[in-house]
Amino acid sequence: MSVMTYIGAIGAAQREAMQADKRVIIIGEDVEANVYGTTGESKQRAESGDFVQQFGKMRIRNTPISEEAMVGAAIGAAMTGLRPIVDLSYSSFLYMAMDQFVNQAAKNRYMFGGQSSIPVVFRSAMFYGLNTGAHHSDRPYSMFMTIPGLKILAPASAADAKGLMRSAVDSDDPVLIFEAVPLWGQKEEVPDEEYHIPFGKARIRREGSDVTVVGISGSLPLAVQAADVMAESGVSCEVIDPRTLVPLDSASIVESVKKTGRLVIAEPAHRTCGAAAEISAIVAEKAQPWLKAPILRVTAPNMQIPFSPALERHFYPTKEKIVAAIRTVCGK
Amino acid sequence: MTSRPNLATETLLEMQRRMLRIRLFDERASKMVKRGYIPGTVHTSIGQEAQVVGACMALRPGDHMSGNHRSHGHPIGMGSPLGPLMAELVGKATGVCKGKGGSLHLADYAVGSLGESGITGSSIPIAVGAGLSAQVLGEDRVAICFFGDGAANQGVLYESMNLASAWKLPIIFLCENNHYALSTPAHTVTGGRIVDRAAGFGMPGVRVENGQDVLAVYDTVSEAVARARRGEGPTLVEVMTYRFREHSEGLRINVDYRDAAERELWLSRDPIQMFRTELIEMNRATVEEMDALDAVIAQEVEDCATFALESPDPAESVAYDDLYSDHYELEDVL
Repeated sequence: MSVMTYIGAIGAAQREAMQADKRVIIIGEDVEANVYGTTGESKQRAESGDFVQQFGKMRIRNTPISEEAMVGAAIGAAMTGLRPIVDLSYSSFLYMAMDQFVNQAAKNRYMFGGQSSIPVVFRSAMFYGLNTGAHHSDRPYSMFMTIPGLKILAPASAADAKGLMRSAVDSDDPVLIFEAVPLWGQKEEVPDEEYHIPFGKARIRREGSDVTVVGISGSLPLAVQAADVMAESGVSCEVIDPRTLVPLDSASIVESVKKTGRLVIAEPAHRTCGAAAEISAIVAEKAQPWLKAPILRVTAPNMQIPFSPALERHFYPTKEKIVAAIRTVCGK
Repeated sequence: MTSRPNLATETLLEMQRRMLRIRLFDERASKMVKRGYIPGTVHTSIGQEAQVVGACMALRPGDHMSGNHRSHGHPIGMGSPLGPLMAELVGKATGVCKGKGGSLHLADYAVGSLGESGITGSSIPIAVGAGLSAQVLGEDRVAICFFGDGAANQGVLYESMNLASAWKLPIIFLCENNHYALSTPAHTVTGGRIVDRAAGFGMPGVRVENGQDVLAVYDTVSEAVARARRGEGPTLVEVMTYRFREHSEGLRINVDYRDAAERELWLSRDPIQMFRTELIEMNRATVEEMDALDAVIAQEVEDCATFALESPDPAESVAYDDLYSDHYELEDVL
């Protein structure tokens, strides 16, 4: 095992995928200079060899700032033999290529009767909570969950990020991986050998008996911290990280709620039609008789993101907000 | 230098065959819409056969193509068999896309057809991607994207042209300028000439003024293809043509948006009639041989319609296949 940061794990997965398969290429803005640290050894670029030196400019390419062409070309390349990884940097930039995501990536396999596989990975990072203002702070994974044909990943730790990224590259379908920038620097022990994490398998971060707490993306570590706080009050929390939102391991969540009878869901996205809303609906449909209290969501409000630190800091789930929600459903 | 004297007779006859297939297929499809056999709407390529076939015949097996809403001519031009195409228009199990695409979303990977598109301009970067994969994998193939004068005003075209030019990708951007985006005359919504936009991206732009001449289109596209194969990058080809019918079948527009004299002039330039005459004058075929060829294609189209109408409907379960490459729980979808 080695200790790795979340962003380092993404870079390691990219390197392994590039080494494993010549059909894998990386395109995106500023990938050649390794600006975000996922296409090379960020500090020893010249010495230990970054991706350009290792894999050549044919397979690592800076793109123009043309998201629609970049995403569309990656889809077309995936339909004709490559397995591209597209680095879109900020998640807010996905909107520039919305037609390609919705009308090409998501639909081509289905509407052409299964003729095309579309093995392409779209990476983007959610820079929320970092005072980047409304244009750079989006957490839009739940918008993309509503588009059948896309697979949606939201890793919450280094080990998961690495294994999910490898599986994403191996998937024959378009995968969008949403990285939580507040977690980029967080470290975790990561296996040294190559490994893949299957989609649709939640990770039970903590077993418990009184309340199920689902934490998504950057809210997962906060849910774990909240569970620690509640343990001191004698409340046993079962903390679940779905890891992949499409496909979603609803069975694990439903089973947990049948055991605990209570559910709190925390996520950094907007409240309306968020992942938490979907999970709430599934549990309401499948486990209502087991519920001892109403389901509670801890999310960002349906509001644009303000710039000032004084304003933004109140917007997302915090340990305290999750603790308060757990106390409410547990009546403590 | 025109290719006229050099091309094998069989190649010339194949051009006429494919143009006839498009014409008769679309005429038949139009009737089937009217009679209620084809649900939804269709956009015919009638009048634009030379532009489609001249371009497709300049390609070879292994090359790729992406199309647009005027969608039947492109796969036919690439050599796709008619039966599964017509069955797709009718929505049958034997359709080329299992009945899930319909007229607007024909695709036949067996002939390099990567898909037509109901969204104007949307499939342009798909062809760019096919060029990218050819370059990275070192495969000797090119890609062509067909788009209209309407799509020429979509931003995605310019992002795609720039990317293709910067990376020297083997792409042919083929603008099918039929003068109208539905009812809107192209010149009223287009600044300058479309072909001139190529210069801004550092690529050659060539305009085929007589897009009703299949060999004129073939020659120009062949040059662009050769350039792409040499690794010299993309070319924009603008082909001036005309659609003989309304934008889509069943559409009724009360305003007469096309000038009568212009219409008469273009209707007199029927690409199939023109090429038939030319082949006979070139002594490549006799009148009888051309008549026989007409009859063969007419029968092919008759057979494809019969095939489509007699094919079974798709099983209901087919609607729930092909969303992803691997198994997924249906309850996550429903």
